[in-house]
Amino acid sequence: MNRHPLFLFSCLCFGFAFFYIPILSMIFFSFNKSRLATVWGGFSIQWYGKLLSDGQIIKAAVLSLEIALLSATFATILGTMAGISLARFKRFRGSTFFSGLVTAPLVMPEVITGISSLMLFIFMAQWIGWPGQRGFTTITIAHITFSMTYVATIVQSRLSSMDLSIEEAAMDLGSKPWQVLKDVTLPIIFPAILSGWLLAFTISLDDVVITSFTTGPGATTLPILIWSKVRLGVTPDINALATLIIVVVGLGVALAGYLMYRVEKQRQRDMQIAVAANQ
Amino acid sequence: MEGSRTLAADTDTTGLLPRGAGYSLRNWFNRRGWRNIIIASPYVWLLAFFLLPFLIVIAMSLATRAGTSPPFAFADTWPYVDFGNIARLFEDPVYVRAYLTSIYNAGIATALCLLLGYPMALAITRVRGTWRNIFLLLVILPFWTSFLLRVYAWIGLMGANSWFNKFLTAFINVLVPADMALRSIPMMNTNFAVVLVMVYSYLPFMILPLYANLERLDGTLNEAAMDLGSKPWQVFRDVTLPLSLPGIIAGGLLVFIPASGEVIIPSLVGDASDPMIGRVINDEFSAARDWPMASAVAVALLFMLVVPMMLYHRFESRAQAGSEVKS
Repeated sequence: MNRHPLFLFSCLCFGFAFFYIPILSMIFFSFNKSRLATVWGGFSIQWYGKLLSDGQIIKAAVLSLEIALLSATFATILGTMAGISLARFKRFRGSTFFSGLVTAPLVMPEVITGISSLMLFIFMAQWIGWPGQRGFTTITIAHITFSMTYVATIVQSRLSSMDLSIEEAAMDLGSKPWQVLKDVTLPIIFPAILSGWLLAFTISLDDVVITSFTTGPGATTLPILIWSKVRLGVTPDINALATLIIVVVGLGVALAGYLMYRVEKQRQRDMQIAVAANQ
Repeated sequence: MEGSRTLAADTDTTGLLPRGAGYSLRNWFNRRGWRNIIIASPYVWLLAFFLLPFLIVIAMSLATRAGTSPPFAFADTWPYVDFGNIARLFEDPVYVRAYLTSIYNAGIATALCLLLGYPMALAITRVRGTWRNIFLLLVILPFWTSFLLRVYAWIGLMGANSWFNKFLTAFINVLVPADMALRSIPMMNTNFAVVLVMVYSYLPFMILPLYANLERLDGTLNEAAMDLGSKPWQVFRDVTLPLSLPGIIAGGLLVFIPASGEVIIPSLVGDASDPMIGRVINDEFSAARDWPMASAVAVALLFMLVVPMMLYHRFESRAQAGSEVKS
């Protein structure tokens, strides 16, 4: 059978062109001298200079990073717990309901999650007087809630594909169940936890809809700022900002992917050595 | 409840051992406590910050709009609720039309994602080694970069003065007679733009589950079918396509569900006179400040999506079970 049919690879090329031409076009026009964002008027890096001197953008970027770091960390802790519960403690009371509860935020339209989080914070303010003002804390709580389910899914699927006999061996050697978890299971699923954190971080950094509902006066994250600017139309400084974000995220993801690939390779090599030594 | 039950069990079994507050706490932890903590922390969090808010939204959809702050009120008399908002969903053609537009746009986008994503996923399974990893990375990379900025990139391309629009216009003008020639294609603020950008944004969600499914297929089945005299397209129709149905369903739901509730894309590139439901909810909430109506529209959207969501959950758990059996 023909392994490389022309049709399939034409589709692949078309798909990649479709993916990357808009992004490349945006990067290209960020170096445009003209104020008109889509008509070429010569090369210039003035928009980058303007960007770096814009205090509002810098402030929003710092706020976004703070929220993303905090929410990703909490989401990873809670999500890992949820993933372990679902994959290892299969039959506890309400486990079916719990697994539904973990999947639901994944598929729930963002606008509903956003509205319901806002309603909760408004009702809480009425009932218990907290949160007095929406902002950093409320955004972080909302981000934890929906990104923890992504972490849970990753951790759960990693645990399900993991060899149970390693854990059983540790049990046979006298470890208590939670020691097995701490000393055996968690180190093995560490790459999954790390990629869960990375996913939670980028989701938080990117979120517009849920943030727009849970934010308050004075707490403008970078996506909210871009959102309010983009609604007014295409401008060269947004092109420059987009280019910076895409380059930073792209490099970050490529680097993280490479590092995880190396860790995984090293692990496989170690296992091969261990197996060879046993023979 | 479970905590107290296990605590009682622990004190029974530890009756022979030395007692002490620190000891029994540690003992409780070693037995079942750690397990309860691990289950309860995310459980309680999701109940408090996901389920409870959602119940509040359902309650809110039965309230009425008021001039107070926050702008809603419940009726004073029995049954304390008002079904006016729910009734308006069916009576007011704005809402009915918005739901239909959402299903239509999301359905077309899903079909186009499948048509483009399937051959892409199949092509990736046909290469080996480093190239496969590079192709996969190229599919995943846009997914990691900002969603908003990817929509923004298309705004730049679709405007009447952009090179892309001029290129497409020139292309079309070659095909049509000279007197029908266009000056530019009106792409921005149409449902065509919404579908195009949705396909662009959600294509990775289609490719990845399809790839995962196609990659696991047993290549010997193809060879067997070939040996029995099937032509390549017959092999595809009779072997590959039926076996990849779970991947098609998973990918289709992963595109359809978020696409039908999409807010950002219809707000930025969509037609304001024929909006999708996500935009209606957002406008109802932020601009009109009619919270009860926005809640009712949101609850109805969720009911519309319940069947696809349950389907997805079932497929996910089945896939999970399958991978466990395998390992």
